[in-house]
Amino acid sequence: MKSNLKVFLKGILDVSPLMIPVVPFGLIFGVLAIDVGFSPLETMGMSLIVFGGASQIVLLQLFSGGASSLVIISSVGAVNSRHLLYGAVVSEHLSDLKLIWKILISYFLVDQAFARSNEYFKKNNDDNKYFHLVGGGATCWVIWQTTTFLGIILGSFIPEKLGLSFAVPLTFLALLVNDFRKFINVIVIIISGLVATFGYNYIPFKAYAIVAGLTGLLTAMILTKMIKTNE
Amino acid sequence: MNNWALIIYCGLITYLTRFSMIALIKKEMFNDRVRQVLSYVPTAIFPAIIFPAIFLDNSGSILIEDNPKIMAALIATLIGVFTRSILATIFSGLASYWFLIFVV
Repeated sequence: MKSNLKVFLKGILDVSPLMIPVVPFGLIFGVLAIDVGFSPLETMGMSLIVFGGASQIVLLQLFSGGASSLVIISSVGAVNSRHLLYGAVVSEHLSDLKLIWKILISYFLVDQAFARSNEYFKKNNDDNKYFHLVGGGATCWVIWQTTTFLGIILGSFIPEKLGLSFAVPLTFLALLVNDFRKFINVIVIIISGLVATFGYNYIPFKAYAIVAGLTGLLTAMILTKMIKTNE
Repeated sequence: MNNWALIIYCGLITYLTRFSMIALIKKEMFNDRVRQVLSYVPTAIFPAIIFPAIFLDNSGSILIEDNPKIMAALIATLIGVFTRSILATIFSGLASYWFLIFVV
């Protein structure tokens, strides 16, 4: 069995490439938050307390649009409901842990760390494999807090027209590179993507992501039942 | 509601979505079929983040013509399929996007 530190470092290493697009994302968030009227302290507090890029951007968008607190909080909840699925996936690997570890690890269950640790968990079955998620999550945390801070400080120095926000979908695209050669996965990707795109304006409370995700999952459920492949 | 209360509520709901399943689901609830379907979670969720960010403009309307993000995403996908590399996918996507908006 590898040492805890080794697994922790492997988590850092695995998640690192995904941190490159997080840098501009965090900077943009910091700039935007100040722009829509949050104080530097509140902006930093948001990254520390919420610690979720998508939720924080939704919060800002709705806040600047003058939405009520109830709408903002429920929209953030809807955007985050994907974590319910992430939690369900990793829960199998974390079920033997003490509650205190579950409480701590939950704070670190962000998209990038989930994606990489989920792959790791499938291939490794050591008792200390959860250190991988702690390593990946802590890396995301450090980068997110640092770039938020820099965004607050640098503010208007960052050119808006670089289109850096495009780095965000690219990150998630990069996480699907192993999916494009599998028939079922490609169908699931297309269906989920179409539901999200067309539902974006019509599904209330920004719940398009979870509606699309569940539709995709249902598609996978039906297709795997129909096509008995042993992958 | 003041800003701090709003931030704390948003933080709480975010944390609960992360914690609840890890806390509630027991190992015994898993079997091969559940595992198989759950293995599609990234495949099912990530496109819901990718597609709107590429195909919708800032106001939320669908933008197909004159949208360099589509071509850049296609190039990144192709590179991704052939290299299976996360870094190559991200960089080819960004590079082709910048090429399309600054050079072409």
